[in-house]
Amino acid sequence: MYASAVQALIDELGRLPGVGPKSAQRIAFHLLKLPDEDALRLAKAINTVKARVSWCRRCFNIAESERPGPEAPASTECDICRDARRDTGLLCVVEEPKDVVAVERTGEFRGRYHVLQGAISPIDGVGPDQLRIRELLARIGAEGVAEIILCFNPNIEGDATALYLSSLLKDLPVKLTRIASGLPVGGDLEYADELTLGRALEGRREVAP
Amino acid sequence: MALYRDEAVVLRTYKLAEADRIVVLLTAGRGKVRAVAKGVRRTGSRLGGRLEPSTHVQLMLHEGRELDVVTQVEAVHQFRTIREDLVRLRDALAILEAVDQVARERSPDPPLFAMLVGALRTLDRRPAALLVAGFYWKLLGLEGTAPMLDACVRCGTPAAGGDVELVALDLAEGGAVCRVCLPTGGGRRAVRPEALALVARILGGDLAGALATPAGPLAAEVTNLATQALEAHLERRLRVPRLLDRSIADVPTW
Ligand SMILES: [Zn+2]
Ligand SMILES: [Zn+2]
Repeated sequence: MYASAVQALIDELGRLPGVGPKSAQRIAFHLLKLPDEDALRLAKAINTVKARVSWCRRCFNIAESERPGPEAPASTECDICRDARRDTGLLCVVEEPKDVVAVERTGEFRGRYHVLQGAISPIDGVGPDQLRIRELLARIGAEGVAEIILCFNPNIEGDATALYLSSLLKDLPVKLTRIASGLPVGGDLEYADELTLGRALEGRREVAP
Repeated sequence: MALYRDEAVVLRTYKLAEADRIVVLLTAGRGKVRAVAKGVRRTGSRLGGRLEPSTHVQLMLHEGRELDVVTQVEAVHQFRTIREDLVRLRDALAILEAVDQVARERSPDPPLFAMLVGALRTLDRRPAALLVAGFYWKLLGLEGTAPMLDACVRCGTPAAGGDVELVALDLAEGGAVCRVCLPTGGGRRAVRPEALALVARILGGDLAGALATPAGPLAAEVTNLATQALEAHLERRLRVPRLLDRSIADVPTW
């Protein structure tokens, strides 16, 4: 057993995703060896994030307030929701904030987002009630959403979430689409699995003359 | 480290590190196996699409101390329709969860493997309201804990002569209870005779006939009973039937 302060640090690090007890120990000793100012920069970054960053009250993306202060988090909207040039009729539904970043990088999408903060995974005990689905439904009428694009991981949880939402939304006056799933650019056709290739065939489009 | 080849169904997966997954497999030759699949969460991964839950695969694995390592995968069947229909997907997940709970690690169970592949094939081609219940009851049969349904489990009076009517299921005692014995003891559940007859048919070898039962209160009752019986056997709650059933019921048209 280590001195209790060190053990507390190891325990906290061990709670981070993907960090096992061995790695937690290694990181803790790395931090102990760092000069004070380097280690405290990490502590400060965590502090600042917790003080200034919250979930956007509209789309549940990450929202950052201008400056730290007590007035900030709860009422904040993210940069995208605040951007008046965004098309409010177009909503891209994603699982996590990191997916917003991925779609933004394409530069192809000019609408807004809705972050579910997860995907349906019954085996892990995650059902629709654990996700921001009620909030999504509330936005459709309130914001005059005309088209919803489902942008989920092409795995079984993403499929379950897309199927659930499409049955939930099918009687609403809103166009529902799901991003095509297909072959990765640069990959070889012969290595594609049957499900991927099948979906790519299904999502084929006409080649312009 | 020894290299081996086996046939398997992917039961579930866990994320591991940046881009890997741990896959839990029911193999034909070695029972339940946990293995690492490297890089499968990258969009360009060759293995990834084939190592999704419910996929029937042929694969090569390196034997490891705790976890084996997947080196090659070919899909035998990806059951595409299961991924395109919410009810089928729920049923598949319910079946996979049950197998994951029942299967023993590195202990071959060919009948269980055959039953799993058979159930997924049926689900893919011709889904039925009683498919999951049928699978659960058959699973209990394989485990040797199917309930006694031809006589009262308390007083032993056979139902065949028409002397007694079996009206409840006592999961703790493992069988049906007659009307006379019903008021005594806990753990019993009142059950309609038609539901008990349907369970008896499934366990008696007429699963195919029982699968013709349409969706409705009877199928729901038998499914509910099956879930409770399996939970009593496992001594734990099942997640999929409880979580997704309610959700699907919330959707107006299901
Ligand atoms: Zn926002
Ligand atoms: Zn009796």
